Amino acid sequence: MSTNLLTAPPAFSDPRKEKLQERTREAKVRYLMAFDAGRSRREHEPEWLQARRASAIAHFERNGFPTVRDEDWKYTDVTPAANLICEPQFGQQTESTFEGDFAPFYLDEKTTLRIVFVNGTLAPQLSTLDNLPSGLSLLGMQDALQTPGNALQTHLGRYASVEDNAFVALNTALFHDGAFIHLQKDAQIESPIQLLFINTAPLSAPHVRNLVLLEEGARASLVESYVSLTDDTYLTNVVTEIIAKENAALDHYKEQLESQTAYHIATTQIQAQENANVESHTFTFGGAISRHDANAVMDGEHIEVTLNGLYVAGRTQLMDNHTVMDHAKPNCHSFEEYVGVLDGKAVGVFNGKIFVRQDAQKTDAKQSNRALLLSRDAEVNTKPQLEIFADDVKCTHGATVGELDDEALFYLRARGISAANARDMLVYAFAQAVLNNVAIPSLREQLEKQLMLRLRH
Amino acid sequence: MSERPVLLEIKNLHARVEEKEILRGIDLTVHEGETHAIMGPNGSGKSTLASVLAGREEYEVTAGEVIYKGKDLLDMAPEERACEGVFLAFQYPVEIPGVSNTYFLKAAVNAIRQHRGEGEISPVDFLKLVKEKMALVEMDQSLLNRSVNEGFSGGEKKRCEIFQMAVLDPQLSILDETDSGLDIDALRIVSNGVNQLRDEHHASIVVTHYQRLLNYIVPDFVHVLYQGRIVQSGGKELALELEANGYESIKGIREVVAG
Repeated sequence: MSTNLLTAPPAFSDPRKEKLQERTREAKVRYLMAFDAGRSRREHEPEWLQARRASAIAHFERNGFPTVRDEDWKYTDVTPAANLICEPQFGQQTESTFEGDFAPFYLDEKTTLRIVFVNGTLAPQLSTLDNLPSGLSLLGMQDALQTPGNALQTHLGRYASVEDNAFVALNTALFHDGAFIHLQKDAQIESPIQLLFINTAPLSAPHVRNLVLLEEGARASLVESYVSLTDDTYLTNVVTEIIAKENAALDHYKEQLESQTAYHIATTQIQAQENANVESHTFTFGGAISRHDANAVMDGEHIEVTLNGLYVAGRTQLMDNHTVMDHAKPNCHSFEEYVGVLDGKAVGVFNGKIFVRQDAQKTDAKQSNRALLLSRDAEVNTKPQLEIFADDVKCTHGATVGELDDEALFYLRARGISAANARDMLVYAFAQAVLNNVAIPSLREQLEKQLMLRLRH
Repeated sequence: MSERPVLLEIKNLHARVEEKEILRGIDLTVHEGETHAIMGPNGSGKSTLASVLAGREEYEVTAGEVIYKGKDLLDMAPEERACEGVFLAFQYPVEIPGVSNTYFLKAAVNAIRQHRGEGEISPVDFLKLVKEKMALVEMDQSLLNRSVNEGFSGGEKKRCEIFQMAVLDPQLSILDETDSGLDIDALRIVSNGVNQLRDEHHASIVVTHYQRLLNYIVPDFVHVLYQGRIVQSGGKELALELEANGYESIKGIREVVAG
């Protein structure tokens, strides 16, 4: 543990900030100690994983938690999440862990394949792990790690960067469980696969690790749901790595319905190969602080990637979406649409990077982000960031921040519709661009309900 | 005609937007079954009058009162006025992307029904109502599934206003420059729609710059508005006189212009 004693104190020190920073340093130490304490538990793990964990914790030790001085975290002060004194979860479950009605969070489609985790650990009794369609393997990460010869060694931790993101590093070092989904070549899974993560434990910190691997020509649709039965404070730290090989196609949805006082930090890392088609839709409703990084690397030609997002923030919620579209090879198309609705004193952040590498001629990239501010105290910080090194490309981006259209409100009211209903109708219409892309009916219904619920407080 | 009950009574109405006084003492009484035309040159306050009656909030009423069916209209929110049977056909109907015509109209019908203490309309009855009223203004059914007014031509928008009016069946209709931007065919269709809704209980206020519309929707009374006041009232022949001789021919306007 290195502390830099040579750092001079700032000229004007703010004692409150100092104290927070001191606590963040303590938090870092707590995490390092938690890692050390887990040594014996990890002894049975494959060597390659132990090596990756060691490298990850070394990065975390070097970089610590990000601060608002880091460009990527400028508007998102994660100090409260970092400082939360919480228990990393290593499978501590008791009988009472499963008390509660989880069914409302299940997708309604009868054929849904479901893998459920409670407080970060697989709950086989709530999951449908038997009689899976052929070509699909659906496992808890702990179980998968004990099965030698699978693809984990090749892929786990290869794409999400432990160097650039402290939470990815912490996740890699500390994760206990998550889902491993492997589709064999040409497997076509019609039923949606739901990964449901339920939190019932206050002051817990599940580090959830998922790996989704689609072999050549495989197709699936996947829903990650993060929910809570309580109003408790806890930290969910997720990394999901998605690999879509040649001609594979994936529809991916992530719904974040955490408790209003929880912290949710997540990275979705997509690696796409030749002719693959990946759509990822993110819906953020919960959490005091929510940060989602969606990164896609198009590492082959004729790939199509869509990253869409809807976030609905009220009160003092902070919702931060960072995306990276990395056009590494020629002839790829990317589409991106993020839509935010902000009320109360909520803060929204959108940062959309598009890289077009020198080699990536004939790239077609479209990005749009729109925010609707329902109150004067709500705020949104939005930044498209295009870095283009090829010359024959089409890149468009647009950002708008607006309020509800008074003319439209009056028009609706002049037809007898109450002011509250007129407002809801317009917000709903605004959010629809993203909701329209949800191809699973019961998921769409769930999300529409959430939207209405949040609007009404 | 005047034995019929009074539907709307405007007394000494003054209104301004920001610092500018636009209505400077309007008096107008509308009985059930009557059609009143409000004419006047640009900037005379015609559209302001329509907007104040519908409850547009950027206008501040500084004096006067408006009694509708015995109640203080100015005290009601726009939606309450609509539920009580006041309808404004907009001069510039608003485009609302993402809200389908069907959804919007059903919400409006049900809001008004709820206000009257009735239950929600059944899907079958709603469809029947909508089909019947669409035929009235020769509107294409495909417009129903599109967003409210989005991408509609000027004529389609105006037709859609009259269609909405027909569906909601208001007791007092206010048509704000409904003829502007309409070709002759559309004008005929829209006017037919309005005329079919006329009976002894319904009343309309037709705001227009041109006499043209009044060939189709024949008014019982014509009022000339100028600088925020009604300077002359008369029967339908007043509109023809205006058409022939222009607004300058009106005694009230000559007096104001001459100072």
